Parts: sequence; C-alpha cells; structure tokens
Amino acid sequence: MVARDLVVRYDDFTALMGATLTVHFGEALGIVGPNGSGKSTLLKCIAGLLVPSSGELLVLGSAPRKLPPGTIAYVPQVEAVDWSFPATVWDVVAMGRFARLRFWERFGQDDRDAVQHALDLVDMSGLASRHIAKLSGGQQQRAFVARAIAQEPKLLLLDEPTTGVDAATEEALLHVVRELVAGGMPVLMSTHDLDRVDEWFDRLLVLDRRVLALGSPREVVESGAYSAIREHTHTHGHLRHDHEPHAAHAAHPELRR
Amino acid sequence: MTPLDALLVPFHYAFMQRAFVAALAVGLLCSTMGTYVILRKLAFIGDGIAHASFAGIVIAYLRGANFYVGAGIVAVLTALGIGFVHRRGRISLDTTIGVLFTGMFALGVYLMSQQRSYAVDLQSFLFGDILAVQNQDLRLIVALALVVAIAVAVLFRGLLYTTFDPVVAQASGIASPAYEYALLVMLALTIVVALQAVGIVLVAALLVTPAAAAYQLTSRFVPMMALAAVFGAASTVGGLYLSYYVRASSGATIVLLATVLFFIAVAGRQLQRVSASRS
Repeated sequence: MVARDLVVRYDDFTALMGATLTVHFGEALGIVGPNGSGKSTLLKCIAGLLVPSSGELLVLGSAPRKLPPGTIAYVPQVEAVDWSFPATVWDVVAMGRFARLRFWERFGQDDRDAVQHALDLVDMSGLASRHIAKLSGGQQQRAFVARAIAQEPKLLLLDEPTTGVDAATEEALLHVVRELVAGGMPVLMSTHDLDRVDEWFDRLLVLDRRVLALGSPREVVESGAYSAIREHTHTHGHLRHDHEPHAAHAAHPELRR
Repeated sequence: MTPLDALLVPFHYAFMQRAFVAALAVGLLCSTMGTYVILRKLAFIGDGIAHASFAGIVIAYLRGANFYVGAGIVAVLTALGIGFVHRRGRISLDTTIGVLFTGMFALGVYLMSQQRSYAVDLQSFLFGDILAVQNQDLRLIVALALVVAIAVAVLFRGLLYTTFDPVVAQASGIASPAYEYALLVMLALTIVVALQAVGIVLVAALLVTPAAAAYQLTSRFVPMMALAAVFGAASTVGGLYLSYYVRASSGATIVLLATVLFFIAVAGRQLQRVSASRS
C-alpha cells in the first residue's frame, strides 16, 4: 500500500495535510498520534470510505474503491451497529465472507471453515451461537476482528481495536495480529496504547495531521517525535475516551440515516 | 349445509378467490420486506411512499391510465428521492419525508377535488378494496411480488450485511448505497402491490407489524424473516376471511388481526423471559 501527499479536507477543517507512507506485505504498521491527529481519517481513506481531497493512494496498485470485493477488511473504532439486530456471533463473522461471494454462489463449506478458523483465532468458538447483544465489549471487538479475518483480506485495517477492551482481549488481539503478519498479511492499526508498540508493530508512524516520524519503533522513540506525543498525551489527559468527535462527525456522511 | 361447507363459503365466489390469492401475495411480500423496514428503521419512509403514491394514482386515473403504473412511477421516484436526500442532504430525513409526502398527498387530493364527478373508487385506495381485484390486477400483483421476491433472493447477503453494518460492508467492497437504492425501489413496488389490499393509510401496518411480531420471538435474521412471512400471510388471508363473516372492511380487519398477532407475540416473549428467569 502506498500513500503519497494525502490531504483530506472537511468543510473548513483539514484532517490530513500531506501524509506519505507505505505498508509492505507481512508487516504491522502502527499509527500513533494525539486526538484529532487524523488516524481514523487515514484509515477511512485507505478503506475507501473517504476520498482524499488530493494526493495519491494505491492499494495493490489501484485506488481503494476499484479493488475487487473483499480486498480490504476494516474494523472501525466504534462499531455503530444496532446491537439488538437479530444475529449471533457466527452470523456476524459469516458476513465477512459475503464480499467474496458472487450473487449465485452458495455459502459453502470453504466459507464455514473460514468462519470457524477466524473464531478459533480470536478464541470465540465457544460463543458462536450467542446473540451479539449478550457479549462483553471485548468479546464484541473480537467478533468484529474475526469477521475481518474471515474475509481473508489482502490488507487489514484496525482502528484502535484495543480501546476500552479487557486485558485478555488485548492479548488475544496482539496474538492474532502477529500471527496474521507472520502469514504475510499487511496490517495497519491505530492505537493510543504507547507502552507496548515494540511488541505490536514492525514499524511505527507518528501522525499529527502530517507524518512526524516513520520507522522502527526503536528509531521513532529515539527520534523524539514519539516522546512529544507522549508529552501531549500526558498533558492533555487520557486518550482512553478518544473518539475524535469532530472528525468522526464530518467523516461519516455514510452513517446518516 | 355441513359445518365444513359453511366454513368454505367464502371460497365459492370468484372475486373472493382472487382476493385470497392477492391477500396471500401481499401478506408474504409486505412482511418479508418489513423485516428490512424494521431493521433499517424505514417505517416512516414506507408510510411516506404510500401517501406520495396517491398523487400518482389520481394522475393515472385522470388520464385513464392503469393506476398501478401511475402509483408505481411516483412511488419509485419518491423512494429514489428520499434515498438521495438520505445520503446527501443536510435536512433531516424525517423533515424531508414529512414535507414531501404531505405535499404529494395534497396534490392528489387537490387534483381529485377539481373533478366534477366525484371519483368514488379513488376513495377505495385510501382504505383498500381487495374484493375489487380483477384478473388483470391479480396478474400484476403476482408478477410484481415475484420480481421483488427474486430480488430479495439474489441480493440477500448484500442486503443483510449493508442493513447490519453499512460502513464496514462498504469497506469490504459491497456497494452499500446501491443496495440501499435497490431496497428502496423494492419497497416502493411492495407498497404499490399492497395499496389495493389495505390502502394508503394502512399499508405501513403491513410493513411493520408482522415483522415487529417476528422480531419479538427470534434472535436470528432468517427465522425472523420466515416468521414475519407467516404472520403476514396469516394476517392478510385470515383477516380477509374474518371480514367476510363480520361484514367489516377487509383492510381494517387485516390490520387489526396483524395487531392482535403482534400483541400475542409480545406476550409470548414475556412468557419466554419469565420461564427463562425461573429456570
């Protein structure tokens, strides 16, 4: 994946001003940055949910919206779904297969195997028949990550998957991400959890509406850009409740009902 | 006459036979689409499309055209317009529908009131007159119902995913807006099919009530849709049958029966809960 000079403007607000980065096969790239630094915006652009105002963005050589269905899997920061929707964990994870299936194709054994495998990876097999409203926050997050895995994408985008989840879920997600990356999948993930970046990621991007630093977690830490973020985080309170309301509101025309 | 014969009396008349076939098609179709209406919260949109189509009915009537054509064109255009405002507009959806559907409905009433000869059969579209279904109408009802049913079958997975999680579905390469427009057009056709059965005023009930009853009793999508279809067909066919004996408006009896079934489903859910908490 390549992004060059990516700029995203909402009405009177520039969420991203010229981001340039690349993600390679078999690498986990972490994105850190303060509130409103454009982390979610960047991921939404790559997911094809937002069209950049200018700049170039190529995933496997083409624009995100021109990719074959199923290429990109995206797990948003806040799942804006109706939790009373009549669906079990299995049903939700099975949706990950839908983009791959043509109109006339049946949901076959391959698909069931992929769903089961994804559930096993996130350690949710035992809850497959549970209704989604009866899950804890961490279990819900794992179900949505499983759905992304069941899709067997060529690029996985995770927007702060560890926000507000329990320690067990965080460990499970770390394990899953490392396993997918070991299998060759590129993973791009935003986080505010600055303590364990070297365990999660191969490279780290520090974003504050523009790229402040990009390199191995060690290099980034030594460059000082990272500590500036830490400083910012500590002086401006906890990022735990960071929902980037301004950006989220403007960036979600597709969520209006 | 044996008791069985007495029970079968309504089926002896050709107009009743046609009405029963129409009722079955409308009941199945409305409740199936109703599953999406409930889960996507489109009830007000359905009501709006039904009222707006009144203008189309009157225009078709004045021009001597088939009312299904007039209602169909206006309903589909309204549905697409609502979909567009839904995606692009900066006015709230409720406001837009409120303005559009009352405006279109008023246009229908205005055009009708200008006629010197008062059009009695236009009245029947407000409250439905399923007993007046002719062979030609029946063919159209069944054909439209089949078209929508096939569309549901073909688009099933995409409609399900984009109903549950349009943003993530879009990111995975499923065109959420296209599915939304397709669903709105299917909804418009469904409403047109149902107009003669229950009328403009009550069509929203057939879209919402059977699916809402099913929603009480199931926690998965496919069983909800199947159960909604059962409730829908039971309401329309049962309501029509009852209306013959109680000599009441068929549209009203159908909707009342659907409402009774809904409250039975609510009671059933409460019983489920009570027994679950005891065990």
